[in-house]
Amino acid sequence: MDTFVQQVINGLVLGSLYSLIALGYTMVYGILNLINFAHGDVLMVGALTAVSMIFVLKAQFPELPGWLLLLAGTVAAIPVCVAVSLIIERVAYRPLRNAPRLAPLITAIGVSIVLQTLAMMIWGRNYISVPQLLPSEPIQFLGATVTVSKLAIIVLSAIIMAGLMLLVNRTKLGRAMRATAENPRVAGLMGVNPNYVIAVTFAIGAALAAVAGVMIAATYSVAHFYMGFMPGLKAFTAAVLGGIGNIPGAMVGGLLLGLIESLGAGYIGQLTGGVLGSHYQDVFAFIVLCAVLILRPSGLLGERVADRA
Amino acid sequence: MTSFFPQWRDNPTAALIATFALAALLIAAPFVVGQLGNAWVRALAFAALYVMLALGLNIVVGFAGLLDLGYIAFYAVGAYMYALLASPHLTDNFAALAALLPNGFHNPIWLVIPLGAALAALFGIILGAPVLKLRGDYLAIVTLGFGEIIRIFLNNLNAPLNLTNGPQGITLIDPVIIAGHSLARPLDLGFVKLPSVYLYYYLFLFLAVLTVIVCINLQNSRLGRAWMAIREDDVAAKAMGINTRNVKLLAFALGASFGGVAGAMFSAFQGFVSPESFSLMESIIVLAMVVLGGLGHIPGVIVGAILLAMFPEVLRHTAVPLQEQLFGKVLIDAEVLRMLLYGLAMVVIMLYRPKGLWPAPEHGRLAEPKAQG
Repeated sequence: MDTFVQQVINGLVLGSLYSLIALGYTMVYGILNLINFAHGDVLMVGALTAVSMIFVLKAQFPELPGWLLLLAGTVAAIPVCVAVSLIIERVAYRPLRNAPRLAPLITAIGVSIVLQTLAMMIWGRNYISVPQLLPSEPIQFLGATVTVSKLAIIVLSAIIMAGLMLLVNRTKLGRAMRATAENPRVAGLMGVNPNYVIAVTFAIGAALAAVAGVMIAATYSVAHFYMGFMPGLKAFTAAVLGGIGNIPGAMVGGLLLGLIESLGAGYIGQLTGGVLGSHYQDVFAFIVLCAVLILRPSGLLGERVADRA
Repeated sequence: MTSFFPQWRDNPTAALIATFALAALLIAAPFVVGQLGNAWVRALAFAALYVMLALGLNIVVGFAGLLDLGYIAFYAVGAYMYALLASPHLTDNFAALAALLPNGFHNPIWLVIPLGAALAALFGIILGAPVLKLRGDYLAIVTLGFGEIIRIFLNNLNAPLNLTNGPQGITLIDPVIIAGHSLARPLDLGFVKLPSVYLYYYLFLFLAVLTVIVCINLQNSRLGRAWMAIREDDVAAKAMGINTRNVKLLAFALGASFGGVAGAMFSAFQGFVSPESFSLMESIIVLAMVVLGGLGHIPGVIVGAILLAMFPEVLRHTAVPLQEQLFGKVLIDAEVLRMLLYGLAMVVIMLYRPKGLWPAPEHGRLAEPKAQG
C-alpha cells in the first residue's frame, strides 16, 4: 500500500510535467497539424538558461532564498524560450506551411539537432548539477514521502493549466486560437490574423516548456543538453494518448501516462518475478503510444476525424 | 548496363563505357585516398556501408513515402545477430551451448547474410504490421519509439540471461572469412599487398553495388510503381486495386533487410558492437543522407550517403587545422561541428531544395507541394 501511494504521487509529479509539455505539442498540432519535434529542446534551453541564471544570482547574492532563485531562473528562462520558439517558427516552419507533411517534420528534426548542438557548445557536454533550492525535508503523507518541490510541481501545474483553460475558453485571443484551429482560412476572413495567432500559440507552448524545464532541473537536480529529448517524446505520447490537438486531452493524457509509467516501473519487478526491472520504465510510454495509435488513434478525448490524404 | 544510366538508354556503347569507367574509379578509389592514410579508406568502406543503409531507408521513405525514424534498429538487429552467431559470447555464457558446440560458435558469412536479411525483414514486418495504418507523422514517432525500445532492450538484456552483455557490448566478433581467407589479415596478390581495410572496402562495395541493382530493379517493377502510387496518394492507390497494406509491409521488410545485412557487415568489420552505435542520431544521419541526396532518387541517395559519410573525415582534417590557424585554438570540435552542419543542412535543404541535391528528373514522379486545408 505504501509503495502504491508513493508511486501514485510520483506518477502525478511526472504526469504534471508531461501535461505541461504536452500542451505545447497539442496546441501547435491543433492549429498547424505539425509535430514540433524541437519542443523538447526548447524545454532544455529553458532549463539550462534558468540554471545559469541561478548560478549567477547565487554567486552575487548568496543570501537569497531558494524559491526566489528558482523564480528568477524561470523569469529568465521564459523570454529566452519564447524567443527561440518564435525564431524557429518564423525560420523553419512558416515557409513550409503548405509543403508536403514530410518537409516540416524533417526541418523540425534538423532544428532539434541544431539546438542540441548549440546548447552543447554553450553549456558543455557534461551533466550540470543543480543545487537543492527548496527544502528537502520529506513530508509524510499516507505512508509515502513527498518533498516540497514535488508538491509544488503538482500544485503549480494545476494552476497553470487552469489559467490556460481560462485563456483558451474565455478570452478573445482564446476564441481566435480555437477558430484558427478549426479552419485557418475562414478564421482569417473573420478578422483573425492567423500568423499572429500561430506565433502566440508557439509562445505559450514555449513558456510552458520553460516552466516544465525549470521544474525538471530543480527536482532531478541535474541539467544536460540532451535532457529535452525523453520528456519531449513522452509528452508527445501523452498528447496522442489524450487526443492530439485537444487541450484537456493533453492534460489528462499527461497525468495518465505519468501514472502508468510510475506504477509500471514500481510493479514490473514483482509482476515478472524480477526478470524485468524498473530500467524498462521508458518502454512503457512507447507501448502506450503504439497501443493508443492502433486501438484508438484519435486518443481518449479526441474526436474521430477523416484521414487527410 | 543501360539500367545504370537511363539517360543513355538508346546508346548502349556509351552506357557500357560509363559503367566500366565508374567501376575502374571505384576499384581504384582506395589506392587514391589511401595515399592520405588508412583512415580514409576506412571512411570509404563506411561510405559503402552507408550507401546500403541509405538505399534501404530510401525504399521506405523515398519510394513508399513512409517516414521511418527508427531505421537504425534493423541495423542493430543485423549487427547483434552476427555478433551472437560469430563470437564466443553465447558459448561463454550458456554452458549447454558450449557443450553442444565444442569448437565455439563461428558461422560463415554466406549463412549470415541471408539470415541477417531475413531476421531484419521479420522485425520490419513485426513493426510494420500494427503501425502501417497510421498517418505519416504518427508513423515517424512510433518508429522512433521502436528504435528506442530496441536500444533499451540491447542495453538491459544482460540480466537475468546475458544475451547482449548490456552497455559493454559484445567483443571478439569473428572477421569475415571468404574462401578460407580472413579479411582481418592482409591479402598478398603477388604484385600488390591489400591491407584488411581495403578488403572490407571491396566486400562492402560489392554488396552496395548489389543493393543498387536490386533497388533499380525494384523501382522499375510493379511493386516499385505501387510504392510510388501509395506515396503520391494512398487512397487513389487503393482505388487502383493496390493492396496498400501488403505493399507497405513489403517496403518495410525489404528496407529492413538491407539494414540487417549492413549491420552484420558493420559488426564483422568492427569486431565489436555496443548499443551506443545504434542511437537515434544514427537513424537521423541515415535519413539526412536520403533527404539531402534526393528522396526517392537512387543516384541522389548514393551521392548523399557518400557525401555525408566522407564528410566527418574531411572535417576532421580541415576544421581543426583551420581553426588553429584562424583563432590559434580549437573553438568547435570536429564532431560537434559535424552535428551542427547536419542539422543546418536538413533545415536549409528542406527550405530551398525540398527534393534534395540531385532530385529525380521525371515529371510527375515526385509529389508537388500540395495545398492543405
